[in-house]
Amino acid sequence: MNTYWPSLMGGMLIGLSAGMLLLLNGRVAGISGILGRLAQGTQVPTNAAFVIGLMIGPPLYRLGSGAWPSVTITASLPVIAIAGLLVGFGSRMGSGCTSGHGVVGLARLSPRSIAAVATFLATGVATVTLMRLVSP
Amino acid sequence: MMHPARISSAQILVAQVLVALLAGAVFGLGLSLSGMLDPARVRGFLDVAGDWDPSLAFVLGGAVAVAFAAMVLRRRLRRPAFAAEFHLPATTPIDTRLILGSAIFGAGWGMAGLCPGPALAALSLGLAPVVLFVAAMLAGMVIHDRLAARQPGGSRS
Repeated sequence: MNTYWPSLMGGMLIGLSAGMLLLLNGRVAGISGILGRLAQGTQVPTNAAFVIGLMIGPPLYRLGSGAWPSVTITASLPVIAIAGLLVGFGSRMGSGCTSGHGVVGLARLSPRSIAAVATFLATGVATVTLMRLVSP
Repeated sequence: MMHPARISSAQILVAQVLVALLAGAVFGLGLSLSGMLDPARVRGFLDVAGDWDPSLAFVLGGAVAVAFAAMVLRRRLRRPAFAAEFHLPATTPIDTRLILGSAIFGAGWGMAGLCPGPALAALSLGLAPVVLFVAAMLAGMVIHDRLAARQPGGSRS
């Protein structure tokens, strides 16, 4: 099957989730913010419930499709660890990640989020390109 | 719509927790369906100068389109169904923290092909590299928050 349709429909579900959280709970569906608040011990019940829900997603997908979603990791463990540190640190410093800035921020047409998305797309592209040139 | 006086704060909290759980599950299902859960696909999307896979642009497009409709709807509502007010980030100027933080985030995203949402959702597959990534990501968040707390005016979110 064409890969664009599942991507589009999956994206729409992500937008639906963000809409639900905003219109019902009045909260922004920013994963780094939710996880950061959970790590700080604020609003634990709702933030923990969202994270548990996230983890229910792949089993739900398996229930419908019969297979787990594919997760192909090629990076070595040290690279994974450094990447995790950068993602955690950077998302807190920049007040958001692909969900908070990328989905909710862009939908709000926030200039801050547009700048953030342009920046992390640029450094993401640069990093992947550099890594491919160094070790093809 | 409803009478706040008749609804206890405990009932409100239960409603909020159920909404968060359902929203999380819909988000996780969307990530699984979209291909965002697969670091190889994400890195293929970022590899614009190589063997570029543009399909994940449709994830962002679909998500922003539906979220935009919710934003339009929000302007017609005085308050959310289960909360006193909308908690939206204040519009502050674009500063060094935003740009530098986003740049650091993007570098890590490109290295592993994982960002916070997909990494948390993929935990349910029980893969060791994903567990390591989430542990390192949490450490990165805690390190940032500790450092920001030491600087006057450094901590925001």
